[in-house]
Amino acid sequence: MEYLLMIHADPAGLQRLRDAERSTALSAYTAYTEALQQAGVLRGGNRLRTADMATTVRVRDGKTELLDGPYAETREQLGGYYLIDVPDLDAALAWAARCPGASHGAVEVRPVWSVCES
Amino acid sequence: MGRWRCGPCGLSVSPEHQAAARAAESAARRSYGKLVALLASRTRDIAGAEDALAEAFATALADWPRGGVPANPEAWLLTVARRRLIDVTRRRVQEERTTAQLLLLSDEAVDPARYELPDVRLGLLFACAHPAIDAAVRAPLMLQAVLGFDAATIASAFLVAPATMGQRLVRAKRRIREAGIALHVPAIDELQGRLDAVLDAIYAAYAEGWLNADGTDERRRNLAEEALWLGRLVAALLPGEPEALGLLALMLYTGARRLARRRDAGQDYVPLAEQDPRCWDAAQIDEAEALLQQAGRAGRPGRFQLEAAVQSAHSVRRRGEALDWHAIEQLYAALAALTASPVVAVNHAVALAQTHGVDAALVEIDALLGDDRLAGYQPYWAARAELLARSARRAEAPAAYQRAIGLERDPAVRRFLQRRSEETSAPDWPGAERKA
Repeated sequence: MEYLLMIHADPAGLQRLRDAERSTALSAYTAYTEALQQAGVLRGGNRLRTADMATTVRVRDGKTELLDGPYAETREQLGGYYLIDVPDLDAALAWAARCPGASHGAVEVRPVWSVCES
Repeated sequence: MGRWRCGPCGLSVSPEHQAAARAAESAARRSYGKLVALLASRTRDIAGAEDALAEAFATALADWPRGGVPANPEAWLLTVARRRLIDVTRRRVQEERTTAQLLLLSDEAVDPARYELPDVRLGLLFACAHPAIDAAVRAPLMLQAVLGFDAATIASAFLVAPATMGQRLVRAKRRIREAGIALHVPAIDELQGRLDAVLDAIYAAYAEGWLNADGTDERRRNLAEEALWLGRLVAALLPGEPEALGLLALMLYTGARRLARRRDAGQDYVPLAEQDPRCWDAAQIDEAEALLQQAGRAGRPGRFQLEAAVQSAHSVRRRGEALDWHAIEQLYAALAALTASPVVAVNHAVALAQTHGVDAALVEIDALLGDDRLAGYQPYWAARAELLARSARRAEAPAAYQRAIGLERDPAVRRFLQRRSEETSAPDWPGAERKA
């Protein structure tokens, strides 16, 4: 089954770190990504630009509304995601707990609605 | 202080009721499993017993602040819960053939004058670890039925979604009731194998709690303490079983080192070899040593006694003595023969590096490379990295470190591995003296 791991964290946290600490934190992500690859479960994933770079689009009554900023304003932002393919939720939760984002923010685990399900 | 929640019944109470609530909580801690075991011993209905007990605790919270805490809280709670259970059963009488069950219940009506209730918790533990119960749910079931942990807390500790854990527990309890799993201690010929399952489940709970090294995660820390408490209970109820004593000793040895695993306010992970023995809990180690000796007198070695013996061999450092790596290597060899566990094989390889050199250890470590059970096991990759770094194959070490870092969920251990990876790849690292 596919699961989306969404990393919610306060982007200010990373900015507050000293250079050495930041590179340690970022290299932990590299190691984590490699571990997912080695285990053969990684389907995709990326780090996202901060939420102030977001633009939100709505179409209402045929009119397009554009909004500067994210859909929801929260201190913790969606900072990145991993798409993984594992046998069950337990396995997905085990990978989520290893994600560096789980120790400085939170990782939301959502099963992907597969096309063969109605 | 704000409102206070009673663990077993989940009720929130105001501060003026806190004293009575604490009395209820303390009675709950001491007696929860005992009461569930008594209530469910004949009907095998653990869920029903838990519900009745939760109501009894709620009644206690309402009554005790007014009327005072009864002289024998246990008997009081049992009487109220049993009355509750009879009410519920009576209501079902028309629809089901529960008359027989009702008879069973009234038949054991409690004698309030009797101070000591019989302890049938051991039977409950054996039911929870019955072979017909899925091995993965045995430890969670024990924590709930014997200690009153709620499903969400157990789920967090075992890294399972709370809803899933709730379902698994419900299913397991239904299985005990409907499949007719008896809440009793098995006969002597069956005891050995069944006891292993009980001890395994207790150790699984302990190991989950142990992962929280700095003790910041209240729920995890409690889990290790509660598992230790279960271990004490089983050792006290079955003092003639050396493995029960061995497990208790093992938990005490490792528990004694809990605080020594962190430095700088929990920021830094300290591996066993670098721990300051003065930070170990001497009293706990003394108790463990005594238990291990007592277990040894039975002349029936087993997994937990051997693992405790390894811990004992490490604890000689508190007397300033050097480690006897030959003894440790032989203990792991005996464990490997007994359990065929790949985790034991990793530990054996690490000990072998001390007695026969890094290359001999790497032969064993390489042989384990294809084992699926180790692919996601951080300590395998960390041990592999450490050995590679000290060998002629030093260039392979960073990749193994990287794998270990990616598999670790504790940030302090992650930082330790990152630092090790950097240190060992520096050109002037003193450990890199071996050449091909």
